[in-house]
Amino acid sequence: MKGFLAVYKKEMYSSMASPIFYVTTFIFVGLMGYFFYASVAYYSLVSYQAAQNPYMVSELNLTAAVVRPFFGDMAIVMLFLLPLFTMRLFAEEKKSGTVELLFTLPIRSGGLTLGKYASAVSVFCIMLLGTVPMIVLLGSFGNPDWGVVVSCYLGVLLLASAFISLGMFVSSLTENQIVAAAVSFGTLLFFWLIGWVKSYIQGVPGDVAEYLAILGHLDDLLKGLIDSRDVLYYVLFSLFFCFCTLRTLDSRRWRS
Amino acid sequence: MIHVEHLTKDYGGIEAIRDVDFDVEKGEIVGFLGPNGAGKTTTMKILTGFMPPTSGKAVIDGFNVLEQSIETRQRIGYLAESVPLYGVMTVERFLGFVAEAKGVESKERSREVGRVCEACGLEGVRKRIISHLSKGYRQRVGLAQALISNPPLLILDEPTIGLDPTQIVEIRNLILGLRESHTVLLSSHILPEVSQVCERVIIINKGRIVATDSPRSLQSGRKGGDLIRLEVRGPQSEIARVLTEVPGITNVAQDRGPGEFEVRVEPGKDVRPVIAQQVVNNGWELLEIHRVALSLEDVFVQLVTEEEEGEQS
Repeated sequence: MKGFLAVYKKEMYSSMASPIFYVTTFIFVGLMGYFFYASVAYYSLVSYQAAQNPYMVSELNLTAAVVRPFFGDMAIVMLFLLPLFTMRLFAEEKKSGTVELLFTLPIRSGGLTLGKYASAVSVFCIMLLGTVPMIVLLGSFGNPDWGVVVSCYLGVLLLASAFISLGMFVSSLTENQIVAAAVSFGTLLFFWLIGWVKSYIQGVPGDVAEYLAILGHLDDLLKGLIDSRDVLYYVLFSLFFCFCTLRTLDSRRWRS
Repeated sequence: MIHVEHLTKDYGGIEAIRDVDFDVEKGEIVGFLGPNGAGKTTTMKILTGFMPPTSGKAVIDGFNVLEQSIETRQRIGYLAESVPLYGVMTVERFLGFVAEAKGVESKERSREVGRVCEACGLEGVRKRIISHLSKGYRQRVGLAQALISNPPLLILDEPTIGLDPTQIVEIRNLILGLRESHTVLLSSHILPEVSQVCERVIIINKGRIVATDSPRSLQSGRKGGDLIRLEVRGPQSEIARVLTEVPGITNVAQDRGPGEFEVRVEPGKDVRPVIAQQVVNNGWELLEIHRVALSLEDVFVQLVTEEEEGEQS
């Protein structure tokens, strides 16, 4: 993977130096803080009512009432924020002309693609760290199911990897960052909602649409169920769009 | 070092270069000369593997730029016309990235960065952020980046553009210092610069090579013979009459000012001693006599007009 490390380090540095990272992280952590507060507040209200009404106690479940909706909301925030985050990956280099430097250095397209992809996933992990204090806080006052928490984190990480790979691919097609963000948001939204047609289409096409739906595979993971089919879906999704990016980069060799 | 054969590049109907052939030997410093839009940058972009040619082939050090892209890129230091740099990085970090990308061992990276910084006069700005640097310094960072890992071939697209005269001299000396150990292909539309640095010039116009020669022989091979300027004190019309009678002189012009003459001579003849003799014999005072050196501008204009005349006829 010639050039992977060089590109990875360069990208980490550029991301950290860019205001986009700080703004998106601030919005992400801020919104997640609000969602966390809202679900905890609701849960404590329900707990008070349960104190008056003993047979409600059996219904109370911290993991189901707080942890699962928290990560479900996170997926929605990611849908809006990650396209803003991946839009610059290639579009910025094309616009500023630094792509000429990248393409004339002895870096293989594979190293370039993976370096950029890995750095974007790493930066998302840093954003994700901002939510850890909320979960720790929850653990200090209640007793959530830690297995489910781990499975939820794995789920959003897989989801983010998929979002980032698609965003990176779209960014490699254009030199306009706004276009990159808009197209990746639209495409992600389409993958989000494609499962809806399952109710109207019978047979194989409906099943395919359901399997392609990007959010359906998160449900089990948020329940704490790590199914290899779901993990495989996200891994394949990421691999497919990384491969598409690679082909786009190589296409300049034969396209004139 | 560079072998280019029938290189053609077509930008959707607009031919940037057509059927370009040339060779550059190891250790040569070759200038690529032409007006804006002549195809200099296009040729260089093809050589560095940034874009593919429509047809034809380019070989660098035995490697085809299209099929063995990584091998050729390892042998080239390239300064692109737009000087692409990462503005958010410091000079040091940027050069460190280029060194890592070029495969310089991690132990030697800081030494290599130090070496190119010294060569390009960047020691004072190593910790500065590139986007805060002036155009001249950015140009030097671009050049430093090309020199990293000491590649045998340097392709420099307009290396001295945007620099002040002192910096131009520095860069010129830097390029001259690379002579013999490196092969250099540089482009320019500033002709004196090319004639001072390059052993050979390739003149390109409208995508085609018009001439390939050394700056010196391009200058001597002028059409219509040499031009001699002299300043003589004495009876003007008499002087002009005598000069016209000197064998070898084809034309005498007197339009430059009082006492100044411009004489055109048949090619290959040096009539300066004869003129001096005549002036002295007649008792006039010879103040100045010199042969006008043909600048590359003149050569260029001549070649380009010849080309156009050739096309019309």
